[in-house]
Amino acid sequence: MKLVTLIALAVAIAIGTALSPFASRSPDGLEKVAANSAFDDAARAPQRAPVADYTFPGVDDPRLATGLAGFTGTLVVFALGAGVVAVARRNRRVA
Amino acid sequence: MHIPDGFLSPEVAAGTAVVAAGAVGVGLRRASAQLDDRVVPLLGVTGAFVFAAQMLNFPVAGGTSGHFLGAALATILLGPWLATLVLAVVLATQSFVFADGGISALGANVLCMGVCGALATGGLMLLARRMLPRRRGVLLAVAGAGAWLAVIAGASATALLLALSGTVPLGTVLPAMLSVHVVIGLGEAAITVAAVSALMATRPDLIGAWAPAAHPSARPVAVGA
Repeated sequence: MKLVTLIALAVAIAIGTALSPFASRSPDGLEKVAANSAFDDAARAPQRAPVADYTFPGVDDPRLATGLAGFTGTLVVFALGAGVVAVARRNRRVA
Repeated sequence: MHIPDGFLSPEVAAGTAVVAAGAVGVGLRRASAQLDDRVVPLLGVTGAFVFAAQMLNFPVAGGTSGHFLGAALATILLGPWLATLVLAVVLATQSFVFADGGISALGANVLCMGVCGALATGGLMLLARRMLPRRRGVLLAVAGAGAWLAVIAGASATALLLALSGTVPLGTVLPAMLSVHVVIGLGEAAITVAAVSALMATRPDLIGAWAPAAHPSARPVAVGA
């Protein structure tokens, strides 16, 4: 991987890991509208997920749990994004 | 703006899933047609940045927060169809790994937070390319306006889908969604303009979608990194 890719990825990881624990905890636009317009109870319970609600399992400190979740997610999205394109391009060459 | 399971009727969830799958399919075809190998890391890094920045909820008025969506920024870097692919990867990861956004609502979320913003920004870029001089200030204005429009388009589409599903009347949800997202869109615009400005200073070659081309499909989609 080229140095510039690594630097850009490092910036994304730093944002996802070090800044995410300090993000606002208030409901977002849609959540607030749902509560105000009284349709928030239509939401079903969230699905089971490995890192539900951006809280890394087994970590007591909430900020550390969020930061670890951000670190994990940033890397997963990088790998998936690059992987999907790499596979799409390889399939074309074979075809 | 992630729609959870339960907000949409099965018909709306299924319909939006089909449309979103079609848009992602176009993105995959565009990706496979990319001759430049650098599209692989660029798409990965763009997705990583969008995911990380989406975690940074910022406060807006009245105990509400907003967060970056990233469709406008991704469109400026990759064009609307690869941007849709980036957002689909981000939203699928958020749903399956972090339980953010319902699985049955994934198509609707890709449509509202990906396709709508990508097409709004892409359309604006196309107009600007035809009508305005290719200057730094113009691109930054297009980035800011595209980002704001992307949020407004996504919020309107979300309201429309909720109303179509019979969850809440359109007359209630549309004004409510718009009044808060008019402000959230300003945050989206600020982040997008800052990111594009930083890229123009360091890697102007990445802003390839802005480059002149005889035909949009012939343009060298921004790759680099």
